[in-house]
Amino acid sequence: MSGVKVFVPRETSSVSVGADEVALAIAQQAKKNGASIQLIRNGSWGACWLEPLVEVEVDGTRIAYGNVDAGDVPELFDAGLLEGGAHDKRLGPTNEIDYLISQDRWTFWRCGLVEALSLEDFLAHQGFKALQKAWQDGPDAVIETLSASGLRGRGGAGFPAGIKWRTVADAEGDQKYVACNADEGDSGTFSDRMLMEGDPFGLIESMAVAGFAVGANKGYIYLRSEYPLTYTILSRAIRTAREAGWLGNNIQGSGFDFEIELHLGAGSYVCGEETAMLESLEGKKGIVRSKPPLPAIEGLFGKPTVVNNVVTLASVPNIINLGGERYAEMGVNRSKGTLAFQLAGNIKRGGLVEKSFGITLRELIENYGGGTASGRPVKAVQVGGPLGAFLSAEQLDTPLDYEAFVKINAMVGHGGIVVFDDTADMAQQARFAMEFCAIESCGKCTPCRIGSTRGVEVIDKLIAGEKRDENYDLLLELCDTMEDASLCAMGGMTPYPVRSVLKHFADDFAPAQKR
Amino acid sequence: MSKQVIDRGSVASIAQRFEARPEMLVQILQAIVTEHGWVSGDVIRQLADILNLSRAEIHGVVEYYHDFRTEPPGSHIIKICQAEACQAMGSRDLTRHADNSVHSDTTLEPVYCLGNCACAPAVMVNGRTFGRVSPERFDTLVAAMREKSS
Repeated sequence: MSGVKVFVPRETSSVSVGADEVALAIAQQAKKNGASIQLIRNGSWGACWLEPLVEVEVDGTRIAYGNVDAGDVPELFDAGLLEGGAHDKRLGPTNEIDYLISQDRWTFWRCGLVEALSLEDFLAHQGFKALQKAWQDGPDAVIETLSASGLRGRGGAGFPAGIKWRTVADAEGDQKYVACNADEGDSGTFSDRMLMEGDPFGLIESMAVAGFAVGANKGYIYLRSEYPLTYTILSRAIRTAREAGWLGNNIQGSGFDFEIELHLGAGSYVCGEETAMLESLEGKKGIVRSKPPLPAIEGLFGKPTVVNNVVTLASVPNIINLGGERYAEMGVNRSKGTLAFQLAGNIKRGGLVEKSFGITLRELIENYGGGTASGRPVKAVQVGGPLGAFLSAEQLDTPLDYEAFVKINAMVGHGGIVVFDDTADMAQQARFAMEFCAIESCGKCTPCRIGSTRGVEVIDKLIAGEKRDENYDLLLELCDTMEDASLCAMGGMTPYPVRSVLKHFADDFAPAQKR
Repeated sequence: MSKQVIDRGSVASIAQRFEARPEMLVQILQAIVTEHGWVSGDVIRQLADILNLSRAEIHGVVEYYHDFRTEPPGSHIIKICQAEACQAMGSRDLTRHADNSVHSDTTLEPVYCLGNCACAPAVMVNGRTFGRVSPERFDTLVAAMREKSS
């Protein structure tokens, strides 16, 4: 292939603001001008605020143009786009964009860099090196390396990945499974999606490494149905990997068998809970199982199963390639390594920021995010999805660290950070937390199923100013019951955002008659 | 998209695509909804026979998941994200705008996160996700949707 390389992301956020139209316009304009180009559909670098972000490779350097509209394409060509010519939308070399180069890209390093669906490009960028190293080192060494890295589950619970893999490896069973949780339902989170769209072969390799380490020959990906483009990209990548002998029996002559089946969810939030996900993978209602038994002992179809989130798995290949210690050097305390933070909601420069743990919310929101999109003051920040607490502007100096967040009754979760400006009505957000729980509860346990509906009612009374003291106490008591007696995090953590609103934003409940 | 009756031959061939494995029920229903828009009582009866499951089991699964509509949808389906990141960028106002403006042939549904939270508010129109959707942009998207189908 020849011609100037032009990169236009094929990734949900970028496409949602016109990347496909831009790609088409570039192809047409190049044809019209008789210019020879190679149009490459990469993933997103994660600077969503600059999407669609177009890059042109000039003398080996990629020059970026931000917020390109299809209508800009003719004048961009006139301005010498293919030579990296000057234009209002020219941002300069991609590898000088501060938002990107100041990150600690461990898990997402290939995202944006490579052509997402090119196996050749993947192989040229360390692809399947970790799997081959795993074959040389053996399963025990892989698990030891993982344990040494201190990697914890990135889906939200933060359970040490090495312990989980060890448990499955040691479990008795003729059949074991790897189940990748790609049911990324938390609002404000999109890192799983970006990884799968930008580096789908990376996930395939990660799952194969997990399968090899624990003795599983079959993996499942449970992908939410709200991600149709991800489904298209992943299914093509799986097919390509299979055709090239990187999935299937006796992979590359190693004697190792591994197959991946891609499943779609069907719009249930609770299916992101690991046992509900397993039920759904078995074709049933996504109803939470009681634990124990742990999925590591009795998981999918009753067999020992590694259930890991996409980002957890995708962090593994570099840990194998570079060593667990290298990963553990990053981060703070028991929060080792990096997390792909996602800046969302009312934020000027929203996107994905992979940084070592220990960075503060303020640094993320101000230095990376540039403050609110509306330009108004930050009022509240919800971290960790709909079950995470709302933090006040006074709490922004809290370092991102699992334990530091637990100390302030909050959670890091999957790293989603949703910013609200001072026009937000926090009483409505507390009500929404209960309402969402009522809509999404699987119904198995009473505190969650009934408590959430009663919660909405009590909050409505509080907002109406009805028997304020009584209803305030009743709401707190309800929160305690839900937290203590629910079967899973859905009912058990819905009280967190509610209590945080009562604590930090009590004025938003009937400001006329303060408590 | 067939409206009131879902062709039995099509259901049988979708089930066969998944080798009529009962554990693929969620996948089979998802494929039926993608193709036909909804799941009818007749589909439940037919799948019960093919998969050797009870009608009650299948009914339970259909009722459980938001994606499995039990009524035929309109000619167009628009989903507006109702989750927090989009709320912070005005999705409540956008939803009111949509409620007051879409035609009766369009099904408006809530969705809780399209994973486009850095380009909020997000909207899905006939299966495609759009970002930074102001009320004005919403109207443009709806007009384009109509033009495409006419």
